[in-house]
Order: sequence, then C-alpha cells, then structure tokens
Amino acid sequence: METLSYRHKAQERAAGSKSLAIIGVVASGNLEVMVERVLPDTECQVDINTAAEGFAAVWEAVVADFVERRSTGGLKLSINDGGARPDTVALRLAQAVRLIEEDER
Amino acid sequence: MRDWNSQKTSLAERLAAGHPHASGKMVALADLQAFLEAVLRPGDRVCLEGDNQKQADLLASALAAADVSKVHDLHMVQSGVVLPEHLDVFERGVAKRLDYSYSGPQSARIAKMLFGGKIELGAVHTYLELFARYFIDLTPHVALIAAVSADRDGNLYTGPNTEDTPTVVEATAFKNGVVIAQVNEIVDKVPRVDIPGDRVHFVVKADKPFFVEPLFTRDPGAITEGQILTAMLAIKGIYAPYGVKRLNHGIGFNTAAIELLLPTYGERLGLKGKVATRFALNPHPALIPAIESGWVEQIHSFGSEVGMDDYIRARSDIFFTGADGSLRSNRAFCQVAGLYACDMFIGSTLQIDLQGNSSTVTASRIAGFGGAPNMGSDAGGRRHPSEPWLQAGKEADPDGPAPLRRGRKLVVQIGETFGDKNIPLFVEKLDALTLAEKLKLELAPVMIYGDDVTHIVTEEGIANLLLCRDKDEREQAIRGVAGYTDVGRGRDAKMVQRLRARGVIRRPEDLEIDLLDADGSLLAARSVKDLVHWSGGLYAPPSKFRNW
Repeated sequence: METLSYRHKAQERAAGSKSLAIIGVVASGNLEVMVERVLPDTECQVDINTAAEGFAAVWEAVVADFVERRSTGGLKLSINDGGARPDTVALRLAQAVRLIEEDER
Repeated sequence: MRDWNSQKTSLAERLAAGHPHASGKMVALADLQAFLEAVLRPGDRVCLEGDNQKQADLLASALAAADVSKVHDLHMVQSGVVLPEHLDVFERGVAKRLDYSYSGPQSARIAKMLFGGKIELGAVHTYLELFARYFIDLTPHVALIAAVSADRDGNLYTGPNTEDTPTVVEATAFKNGVVIAQVNEIVDKVPRVDIPGDRVHFVVKADKPFFVEPLFTRDPGAITEGQILTAMLAIKGIYAPYGVKRLNHGIGFNTAAIELLLPTYGERLGLKGKVATRFALNPHPALIPAIESGWVEQIHSFGSEVGMDDYIRARSDIFFTGADGSLRSNRAFCQVAGLYACDMFIGSTLQIDLQGNSSTVTASRIAGFGGAPNMGSDAGGRRHPSEPWLQAGKEADPDGPAPLRRGRKLVVQIGETFGDKNIPLFVEKLDALTLAEKLKLELAPVMIYGDDVTHIVTEEGIANLLLCRDKDEREQAIRGVAGYTDVGRGRDAKMVQRLRARGVIRRPEDLEIDLLDADGSLLAARSVKDLVHWSGGLYAPPSKFRNW
C-alpha cells in the first residue's frame, strides 16, 4: 500500500450544498472516491490509498489537472484505489465533483 | 511461333492430372491429398481461402499434410492467415512466400516465423488492395475455397458468409486457374447460386462444416465507463455536428458502445434519422437495439456473424439477402462501399504516434490490417458531394474555392488513453517502425496514415486534426487528448489551452457532456441476453457468449 496526499489552491468553490458523496467501488482496476465538503472554499485536498506503488508522479499530474479544470473549493477527496488506470481515476474524480454539486438525484 | 494459349494447355493438364482422383467434379475425402498433389505444381500461387470469418479448413489441413517432394515453394495469396495450418504450410516447406491482409489469431506466430526467416513476406495489404492484385500480379493458379453446399455441376451456395469467394473465383477461374471447393453438403439443387458451376472444377464434401469465427460479437456487459464516455463524445461531438449518415464502424468496444447509445443518448439528443442511418458493416449484434428502434435504414456486409442468420432473414428491409432469404455478403463490394460511399470510418487502434499515424503491430504481434486502411482513408477518386464530406473539406482548407475544394472523409480513431494492462495508446515511436527496421521492410506496417486521420477521440476529449494548421499544432492537439500517458504529460499546456479555445480540442465539458451519464445504465442493452430480447428471440448467440 502507498499513501499519498496533495493539497491545492482551488479555482472556485464547488457548486451545490451537499456535504458528502461517494462514487465507484474498490475493486481491481477500479476505485472508490469519497468527497466531503469540509475545507475552506479556497482549498482542495486529495488523499490516496493505493494498492499500486510507484505511480506518485502520475497521481500528482492527475490531481493537478483535476484541481485546475474543476471547481473543487472546499472539497476533501479520499480515494481507495484498486490499481485503476489514470483515465479511470480522472473520470471518477470528475464524477465525484459532479455528484456533490447535484442537489438531489 | 509463340503459343498464346499456354495457360489453357496447362489448365487442361492439371485437370487431367486431377480427374483420376475424382468422379466427375467430386473428389472423395480419402483421395483429397493425392488429388491436391496431382493438381498443384511447385511454385504455384495459391489462394487457400482464409477470410476474415470463413475458413476452408479441410483444404488447409490437406495442403499442410502434402508430400513436400511433390508440392513445395508455393506462394500463398490469401486475405486471412487465421488457422494454424495456414502457417504449418510454411513450417513444412509446402509454401515459401506470403502475401496477405490479416492474421488476427496467428499474429504472434507469424511474427516469430517472419523473424525466423520461415516465411518470405511479400506485403501486408488491405483487403481491397490484395483483391486488386489478384487481377494484376498475384493471380492464383489454384484457389481452394469454402462453400455451404454444391450440386453435382459444381454450382455453389456460400450462405451468409460469402465474403471473399466471388472475388477469388473470378480471378482464378477466368485466368486459367483451377478452382477447388470444400462444401458442407452435396445437394440436388443449391438454395441459390452464389458461384456458377462452370467456374468450379472440383468439389470435396467435408466431414464437418467449415469453421467460422464470431469476430464481431461484443458483450455489452464488458463495456467500460471510459468507453461509454468516448462514445458520448463521438456522438455529440462528431456524428451530430457533421450529420454523418453513411458510415463504417470498427469492431472494438468503443464503437459497440456507440451502437448501444444510439437508441438512448442519441435519441435524447434528437439525432434519430439524422445520423447513422446507412452502414457498410458486418451484422454486429450490438446494432440490434438501434435497428429495432428504427435508427438504421440499410446495411451492406463484408461477411456475416455467427448467430445473426435468423435475425437477418427477418429484417430483409435492412440487410442484403438472396432469393433464399439468407444474407448475401461480399467483402470486395462492401470494401468499395466503405471507401467510396461512406462519409466516416470510426474505429480503435493499438498505437498512435505524434503525427497521428496508427498501427496495430506490436513488437511481438503482426495482426495485419484487414479492411481498416481502406475504410480509414480518403478516396482520391470520390466525386459525389455530401454534407459531412464537404464540411470536413472546408475545415481542412477554409480559404480554398468551394467548387474546386476536395471534400474529406472523416477518419476517426477512438480509444481510451490506456489500453489493457496499462499500455498507453499514444507513443513517440510506433512499434511498427521498430519491426520494419528489424525485418528490413521497405515500408513500415502503418494501419492508418496520420494525414488521413481527421479526429482522435479519447476520454479526454476530441482532437480535430482538420483544424490544425501545422505540424506543431497537430502534435499538441494529439498530446492534448493523450491524458496521462508520457505523450500526454509532455504537452505544452499553454498551446493546448489555445487549441481548446479554437475548438481544435473539445473536452467533455466543452460539449456539455455530463460525466455522470458515463454509466452502464445508458447502454440500450447491458448484456448479450438483452440483445436476444431486443431481437425478439431471433438472435442466437454462440455458446461462449451465453452465460445464462
């Protein structure tokens, strides 16, 4: 197991008012993302627990793009990764933000 | 005096050599090997019918077992190298030289044998190109073909998998070659005449039906969310704005996802009747929901697909069928249709380089091309206008005078940035180049050249290469949708931003695609069983796809 953590200045506050959302599953090649609205509106943090070691540089790039492209202010995202490919990770992160900005769905 | 008819004389000699082993046109199974040894001559060009799907498997094993002192150094000219016997003939020295198109299941062994010098390679062709050469410089002396049934006169019924047979027979029979057919059964009257008997010299009844591989069945349950996202991008970002009605799909999961999203996502976008109405396509089971929902008007097919026969029979408004009711496929005509009458090809690949060249060759596998280079290329001889074709031409050359401006075929490569086992789709250098260096080939086996590719779709977005004005823009547009591969991470972020502002790169959010829609629930069918339901029980999937 490897544990990684990244904290960034967010572009904008995440929309909506939900305080918690979860998407995905912990399975081989997949991941679970829990997103909580617990930080100041200007901050975003991503904590990662991953089964695959040695991919820190890719995680860093995925997280940096994520924070740059999405409105993530106030969000703390916790990832349980089962060795997902970077494209799957990027999709799940984006979905997590979409989910917490939903009112009710 | 020159003998102007030496080939006819030679044909008569071959037929005379074969006749002692036959009764009329009929060759008994027990006599097959001696018969082949009598008819074939060393150095002959031989088409051992190996199509994309249908295989003359009995004739293949008989040829592979031939006495090498009698039959050797053959030059095999066949589209598919699919069965182990297709390579056994080289291993044993029955054959020496090979010109082919596709080698899917034998791709690893063929690579090994090429490296080992067991095979002298002519070239790897696209289907249409190899068929063309049958009429110019690769005309077979002997064709070993497969059909469903024959009558006593040698009239052949090829059934739904007609595929390459008419082309192979045309080139062989009308140029003084010998045509030998294996059939599943001998009948008094064939259901329809696909090959007239006067083009068929000998017939052998096989002890079991010829082998057909279900190549085009994709289990909807195996489609990933990333593939669904790429399919949504393609539909909203390419099918819709260009109004693509006439097209060909590749056989991968991304295009299967598109087929399954037409009745759901496509419907929601109001695109029914406006896109994807006419196809050059095998009868993909994944297309059943779109057909049943009234999306599809007409399909012409290269071959058939296992399990689709009854469904096709019951949908003759959509498919091409004979007087007997079964599908009539024809690879050569369908390839021509894909080349000249389709406005788009969309399919997956294994590697794309920084110029947009794409290849399915890897260091240890030479899969060949099949039809992709033909489908995925602009037809220089095309002269009829259509909206998507003109629009693509305009994007490539906005300042050219419209009446003189060539249109462009939309050639779309679609895939996730990482494939199986985390292998990146994007590379600095194609494995095809490394292979060409190692084998000292004059031409690297590139499937689709970069200058033919108009769009690349990944989960990161769409790169429209028509809008790129120079080599640097093109490279950054490709890097811009290459995600977290090394190629993607090497992008110039500022330039990619500028390309995005110009619409050269369009991300899911630029197209207002909701990522929460990228979910299996958006597929019109989520399992093979669902496809059977959609077909009203007419689709009969092969057992390996039945898990209920």
